[in-house]
Amino acid sequence: MTDAPLGGPEPLIDPHAHFHTPWTNRGDWQRYNQSRLQAGHRMGVRCHVASILGSWGHTSPTYFASPEDQTRANAAMLALAAHHAPHVKAFVAVNPNFRQHALDEIAHGLSRGAVGIKLAAARRTTDFAVLDAMAEAAAAYDVPILQHIWQHRRRDWPNQDASDGAELAALAARHPRTRFLLAHIGGGGDWAHTGPAVADLPNIVMDLSGSGIDRGMMDEVLRWVGPQRLLWAADLTLCTGLTKLRALAHVGLSNDELADIRWRNAERLFPRGTFTAALESDWRAEPPVTLTTPWDGTLGPQGGIRS
Amino acid sequence: MTEPSARPVDTCAWIGGYPFRDLPHPEPAVLVRVLEREGFAGAWVGSLPGVFHRDPAASNASLYAGLAPHRDLLHPVPIVRPDWPGWERQLQRAVDEGAPAVRAYPMQWGYAPGHAALNTLARAAGEAGVVLQLPVRFEDLRQRHHLDTAGDLSAAHIRAVARLSESAACLLVSGASRELVEEVHWGLTPEEQQRVWYDWHWIWGPPEDHFAHLVRSIGPERLAWSSWWPLRLTQQAQALVDMLPEELTPTSHRSSFADGAVIMSAAHRAAGRKNAST
Repeated sequence: MTDAPLGGPEPLIDPHAHFHTPWTNRGDWQRYNQSRLQAGHRMGVRCHVASILGSWGHTSPTYFASPEDQTRANAAMLALAAHHAPHVKAFVAVNPNFRQHALDEIAHGLSRGAVGIKLAAARRTTDFAVLDAMAEAAAAYDVPILQHIWQHRRRDWPNQDASDGAELAALAARHPRTRFLLAHIGGGGDWAHTGPAVADLPNIVMDLSGSGIDRGMMDEVLRWVGPQRLLWAADLTLCTGLTKLRALAHVGLSNDELADIRWRNAERLFPRGTFTAALESDWRAEPPVTLTTPWDGTLGPQGGIRS
Repeated sequence: MTEPSARPVDTCAWIGGYPFRDLPHPEPAVLVRVLEREGFAGAWVGSLPGVFHRDPAASNASLYAGLAPHRDLLHPVPIVRPDWPGWERQLQRAVDEGAPAVRAYPMQWGYAPGHAALNTLARAAGEAGVVLQLPVRFEDLRQRHHLDTAGDLSAAHIRAVARLSESAACLLVSGASRELVEEVHWGLTPEEQQRVWYDWHWIWGPPEDHFAHLVRSIGPERLAWSSWWPLRLTQQAQALVDMLPEELTPTSHRSSFADGAVIMSAAHRAAGRKNAST
């Protein structure tokens, strides 16, 4: 074990993480989960705020998860968060096409410790007739929505009804009390379009996650939304997350602004006290993170439990 | 900061502007400062504007001139387009200038896999002791300008060149994914595999752990340091190494991976063997 985290000594919160389950399409789901936890620990991530998108395509499409798959995934995510508390927190992921199911999942998940809502790409954010209810629920429960975004979507892309920054801005303008976390500025598409598209919507903050590490990207989004509306995050690639952390040291930010991006903006975005225990933990005193199966006997292929 | 003696030579950098978006300060003097900051001993540097020119001669001339004040650190890697009249002079100039490599862009030139001109260039570069560098891409496919229609370099292109019989060509593939690396590496004979290197800037680390997988499966010797400046954040290569599992990160890991110096030496040795046998 090293003396200091790879990502530096200041606290770090990852508000965009994912895990897998035994019911997804990959046999190495345990290795994947363990790698995220161990690599996150080495980087200094105090808390992963995570979701599981249905079966990740195994029994229904990743971005169009069936209600049954999503219920099981949310139950698994809650179990995983409980098992790794306080270092893992759960989003409730929902498919808004199934309105009542989604609202039930949100109510159930938030009552059991989830701290936000995850919307992927089952419906564009401009389909207000469907999305308004999700935005209203987030405002009512006072939790943020993490919205999957394809930066500057100029056409349809396969397997998803992705939205872009301008489309999220349209929804955010209708729901000024709802806090939106615009996903993965480095996660695909033309990031240069997103900053000006959302700059005037203060209820949209954005995360830095994604495999993209173009030079100039962070400077550009900082120019449009500033350090108090930007959250460091990793999504599928912790490696590019570490790179962005190290590069942030060279873009002219103050220590306070760096702290905002690393963890303080996340504290402001999520419900009060979400990260208190994780932030008070001593990083170096933590044992190496190992993953056990938190679902033994509680979940099965027929669906998630509601015990 | 890394000890100077352990600093690798970056195999993939450019100078100059990019036609599809603004790049902050793509000037040689800035690159020199970045290399020092990030622990590189030098860099293989090409012309970014020249990638999109039909005739690369002018951009090559600008490259040599632009790097002249920094030649102790910045090593020119000109473009040689082998279906353009006079390409042999561009290759000879590269040799005369001490270039460790030349770059080719089959996708931007519309070459199909196995294109005869690229094969000819590979053989000539091999005999000259110059590495043939094949960049796969510049940006993620999902963000490209609507005029940028070239697509990524395919594994079939690379395999075709690597399989040339009686060739001494040493190939450096820059910007490959795990899938591309594996499609090439496991599609070659063991002898052919020894003539191909890949940088790891675009390969994913945890939690997918593609980089760790490749270090285990094809070996660190086939994997080369790179900065990808000015297109990408230069910290990525070191970040991926730092995040390797502990059993893959011996203190001497910098010397177990390849870099510009290692690959250039290999190209010289291959050319020497080739020329001695003919």
